[in-house]
Amino acid sequence: MVGIVGYGAYMPRNRIRVEEIAKVWGADAPSYKRGLMLEEKSVPSPDQDTITMSVEASKHALRRAGIDPQEIGAVYIGSESHPYAVKPSGTVVAEALGATPEVHTADFEFACKAGSEGMYVVLSQVEAGHISYGLAIGADTSQGAPGDALEYAASAGAAAFIFGKQNIVASVDLTYAFMTDTPDFWRREYQYYPRHASRFTGEPAYFKHITGCARGIMEKAQMKPEDFAYAIFHQPNGKFPMRVGKMLGFKREQIEPGWLVPKLGNTYSGSSPMGLTATLDIAVPGDKILMCSYGSGAGSDGFIFTVTDRIEEVRDMAPKTRVMLDSNKNYLEYGTYAKFRGKINKITE
Amino acid sequence: MVTPARYWREIPQRYRLEAGKCTRCGKTYFPPRLVCACGAREFEIVRLKDEGTLQTFTVIRVAPSQFVDEAPYAIGIVELNDGVRLTAQVVDCDVEHLEIGQKVKVEFRRIQTVGEAGILCYGYKCVPV
Ligand SMILES: [Zn+2]
Repeated sequence: MVGIVGYGAYMPRNRIRVEEIAKVWGADAPSYKRGLMLEEKSVPSPDQDTITMSVEASKHALRRAGIDPQEIGAVYIGSESHPYAVKPSGTVVAEALGATPEVHTADFEFACKAGSEGMYVVLSQVEAGHISYGLAIGADTSQGAPGDALEYAASAGAAAFIFGKQNIVASVDLTYAFMTDTPDFWRREYQYYPRHASRFTGEPAYFKHITGCARGIMEKAQMKPEDFAYAIFHQPNGKFPMRVGKMLGFKREQIEPGWLVPKLGNTYSGSSPMGLTATLDIAVPGDKILMCSYGSGAGSDGFIFTVTDRIEEVRDMAPKTRVMLDSNKNYLEYGTYAKFRGKINKITE
Repeated sequence: MVTPARYWREIPQRYRLEAGKCTRCGKTYFPPRLVCACGAREFEIVRLKDEGTLQTFTVIRVAPSQFVDEAPYAIGIVELNDGVRLTAQVVDCDVEHLEIGQKVKVEFRRIQTVGEAGILCYGYKCVPV
């Protein structure tokens, strides 16, 4: 049996409210909040990026796994905001954790699906017996262009999972992938902000791929929505995961524990993986969990997990995701946020 | 300016808080030393605890050029829970309300960005808990 041995999340302390962004652009905050079901989002400090958040989330996962970092045979980081264009994020993270030098690292990229891709690959490595333990991380400090609809959602966070065959907290019962070539969102080389195909990002992109993935994996597993205690779908805004859940026959109570987006924003590669960490924080042994990520371009990775008895022992060993979401927050004004995110820069001599 | 070679040499301390613990008397040095006060030269590498208490601090208001955007910021001396002291920037806090005795934890952060095209330097900073 292969599964998650340890898990952890990390998010920055800073937040900005939808009203604060809307005020600057003369947009109607109540209609954004209603339409996107968003209230606020996380913002990284100037010294935080995909690498630093990956390290912190992984430290939490290591505490819950209770293993020596030297036993980690692979470190895979999925992100669309790797700090370097050329130079891996994975080497820094593996070195900071103390997993080097006998370790395989790779940086994954597939818009918001990069984190679940790392999970998918590391799982196969463990299953094949090539490594004893593998670490997969989804992390992003994503940016929306000023005034663009994406600016209200694009946030920062990370989730890390250690997979192995012993001391499992949630077994992976089945995986499934659903992918087509769909140009709904992209960023060209040397461009600072991504572009998106507006309404085209909905039906033929997000909804088609997540329903394709969820229906495919449930059929393969011969399971129905009511067989699952919880389901996590990618969260680009508050509305989409609730709507796709309803389309598939899931109830609000199954989705809500992992539905972090109204207060967190869209953490891109961290999105559904962070939802999974929040769900594991409250799950009980025997619970079945469905997770379907989504990455523009476009595809969805599906996982079915079964929670084991060990969850009770490990969940308090590191900060819980909702505790980080709801406590110790620091609200920013738009000016500070713009400075933190490099949207405005001081003149240099 | 930080060169890649100098940065790379300090990675064990900057990334993992690796200290040297004297195998004879048990005294721990961060950064590690070659000779202990007791005269012994044999050390074991230990990783320091990532939680501690702020012992003292100063607020930098006129910063060196590479940190000018961060001012005002706090530099503190932190005693980690294993008794070892280190100097670190204290971030994610209001420097006007920072107090001695504050419990902090060590987090991995970006320390410096070398110009527009240079390397990114990572290491430890402290944040209030
Ligand atoms: Zn000694």
